Amino acid sequence: MSTHNQVLETVEDYQGTDATSCVSTGGFEGFKVEISRRGFVRMLGAGLLITVTEGVSLAQRRGGGSQQPSTVVARLFINEDGTFTCLSGKVEEGQGARTELSQAAAEELRVPFDRVRLVMADTNVVPDDGITAGSRTTPYNVPPMRQAAATARELLERLAARQWQVDPDGLEVRDGKVTNAATGQTLTYAQLAKTEGVDEMFRQRVDGGIALTSVDDWKVMGQPISKPTHRDIVLGRHRYPSDIVRPNMLHGKLLRPVSYGATLESIDLSPAQAMKDVVVVRDGQFVGCAAPMVFQARKALEAIAETATWKTVPHPSSREISTYLKEHARTDRARPNARGSTETAFGGAAKTLSETYELAYIQHTPMEPRAGVAEWTDGKLTVWTGTDGPYRVRGDLARAFGLRDDQVQVIVPDMGGGFGGKHTGEAAEEAARLAKAAGRPVHVRWTRAEESTWAYFRPAAVIECKGALDSNGSLIAWDFTNINAGGAAIDTPYNIPNTRILSVSSDSPLRQGAYRCLAATGNNFARESFMDELAAAAGADPLEFRLAHLQNERIRAVLVEVAKRFDWPARKKKVTPELGVGLACGTEKNSVVAACVEVAIDRRSGEIKVLEVGEVFECGPVINPANLTNQVQGCIIMGLGGALREEMVFADGKILNASFSRYLVPRFDDVPKIDVYLLENNDIPSAGGGETPIIAIAPAIGNAVFAATGVRVRSMPMRARQLRSALA
Amino acid sequence: MEVTVTLTVNGIERTITTDSERPLIDVIREDLQLTGTKEGCGEGRCGACSVLMDGQRVLSCVTAIVQADGKSIRTIESLAQGNTLHQVQEAFLAEGAMQCGYCTTGMIMTAVGLLEANPRPTDEEIIAAMRGNICRCNGYTKILNAIRRAVGRPQEVSAI
Ligand code: FES
Ligand code: FES
Repeated sequence: MSTHNQVLETVEDYQGTDATSCVSTGGFEGFKVEISRRGFVRMLGAGLLITVTEGVSLAQRRGGGSQQPSTVVARLFINEDGTFTCLSGKVEEGQGARTELSQAAAEELRVPFDRVRLVMADTNVVPDDGITAGSRTTPYNVPPMRQAAATARELLERLAARQWQVDPDGLEVRDGKVTNAATGQTLTYAQLAKTEGVDEMFRQRVDGGIALTSVDDWKVMGQPISKPTHRDIVLGRHRYPSDIVRPNMLHGKLLRPVSYGATLESIDLSPAQAMKDVVVVRDGQFVGCAAPMVFQARKALEAIAETATWKTVPHPSSREISTYLKEHARTDRARPNARGSTETAFGGAAKTLSETYELAYIQHTPMEPRAGVAEWTDGKLTVWTGTDGPYRVRGDLARAFGLRDDQVQVIVPDMGGGFGGKHTGEAAEEAARLAKAAGRPVHVRWTRAEESTWAYFRPAAVIECKGALDSNGSLIAWDFTNINAGGAAIDTPYNIPNTRILSVSSDSPLRQGAYRCLAATGNNFARESFMDELAAAAGADPLEFRLAHLQNERIRAVLVEVAKRFDWPARKKKVTPELGVGLACGTEKNSVVAACVEVAIDRRSGEIKVLEVGEVFECGPVINPANLTNQVQGCIIMGLGGALREEMVFADGKILNASFSRYLVPRFDDVPKIDVYLLENNDIPSAGGGETPIIAIAPAIGNAVFAATGVRVRSMPMRARQLRSALA
Repeated sequence: MEVTVTLTVNGIERTITTDSERPLIDVIREDLQLTGTKEGCGEGRCGACSVLMDGQRVLSCVTAIVQADGKSIRTIESLAQGNTLHQVQEAFLAEGAMQCGYCTTGMIMTAVGLLEANPRPTDEEIIAAMRGNICRCNGYTKILNAIRRAVGRPQEVSAI
């Protein structure tokens, strides 16, 4: 069994922690360090907790009496053996947060990677680091983790100095040891952590703003370190949310409406009630069965589902989604972001182009569908569940059951994927309801069909693009409106004197939410495809046309690099009606990406096969190149699915392809030749890298299809039938 | 309908009385508590539930327990001998061929099934054998590299 997270199952409330001293950290503005010996000792073993908080100085400056709770930015615990337990509210779902946060702590503590253990996403012990989303862990959670670790190191160094009665400036810390170079004396962290009265020693001012290790001196950060859970994973020992078992636990199944918006009018529960060992629960629209085996719970639910009668409501179909979104667009509420005058520019343009792009709803389809285990003990609720927002789910559960936040504990074992699709905690709440009624712990695992119907979707969209060229082929006006998908990466990075850019909301017939890079994928698809259309209209090479309008040095750098690695000019000359090349670039979340692709076209079937993808990505200093390469490769393949095949098909309030046999995600034989290159840039802080690499794939494919066939398929996905009919 | 079946799981003979329609994966995960076998779809389309039955890779989510009667089943938990990992597990570790890892045990069992039948598969044979296994995280490249490594062709493995 994995030791990550589950270890804390029996943890007592953090609220009981007895902080024995508070150290103001002076110049380290707005931060405070708290140390405690009791409280955490019970769950983490003997040692010392250091909590770095934010917001204290501010409150003090306002007159001191503020009752505003300070925000914990990092917690780390020095064990008596000199290892460290760091605590983070982030979750691990395969993206690599566990590894990079551990690397961050180890780097600043000056210890090898394996001396840090990271406890993540247990609301009873970790700080509320917010939801795990938006590529935010790297820019917003790695720095405080480093700061906390550096502070701990500094404190330990002072402790050694005090023992030796020397000036701490002359000491050196390496490999978990403080060394006095002058005398050759050493003290290990383990020895220091065991020092009698260590907490007394900590009652001193810690000089703020301890310098963090510069990229050039990184020893643990920057390394291709594997996730600490890898060994357990290949052994089949890692426990995902779906694998959690509690004593006396039942498995639950929920009754789902026959279609979106349908309400239950009647149901006969007796067939399930007659079954052995089955608990049946009905509370208004909530109906579920729980039994010792999944199979029994499913059979019981099927038996009563047959008796249910429903009142259904009309629901638009995926065929008419674009019209529907346009009709329901809330144009009155949207305010465009405008520069210059597009109206004048379009009036005086040599050439004007206007096109509409469409985006289908898609599902994240993480390999592990939603799962939650709920256990009630003395009116308190503990859940183990796969969610990106442990604290959000804690709040939701507290509200749903009329509890205080501190009566709910949410634990997120490292889970099986999310891609923005697990911001919520449905399975946990369903399990909690059933568990409450059954008086026993209950596990609810969603099926693939449930995940593909009752979770949420990446929004569909209609994107209207208009552009104008002057007589020199320069882009002088740009009008871009996204209906429904949102404003991520909607601004053009190109230098255009007159622009009007607008994100308009609409009524989404499907429940929609976050997705890897969210609207940036659709916005970049439309923008980069349309840029290609404008380049063609101007009679320019797509690469030259982009560079002529691009000042952003970072995007230029990745674009030029990918074109060089792909041998763009030569490959472009080899384009045939069956073989095309295309390129695209973009920026989002402070990282930049460019891709070149080669596609083969089957002109009779309209099938598009991606043969090769070259992608250059830059996100500042790379914290873990192995993990980042995985993320970029993963983005390329996931991007390929959204570009060519993935779309939710629905009618009459039902998803018609809620299965892997009908919703076609990329498989092994879809994998093209891939060249990933991470461009170095150590002059800026590290940005997250798990999302932006997806945004260049679809437009590069579309542009390659156009290069070969002269046909623009203006939709995601670019369906074979669309290309086939255009070529017929 | 209740049936009694006898099967060998990871070398241990088990007699199980249960509903005849129950899928093998449920017995493996619930009754035997071998949770290394994962469910990703329950419809035979993702390979997460792959186990070996008499040496053949089968999808345990669409294998009814009666079909396993008298058979020998091997799950991911059987591969390592003490602290020594199977060469395929070793290769997945060495290549870092996983992110969330939820697909990994199914990938490994499918690859082990392939290698036992065909110790020197070509890339085409690997891809054909692995086509039924979905990974949503890592883009397959490192998984392919891991299997190449496991069959002794590490020189074809790209850096990082
Ligand atoms: S769970 Fe068996 S194939 Fe997907
Ligand atoms: S590693 Fe997450 S599904 Fe394969």
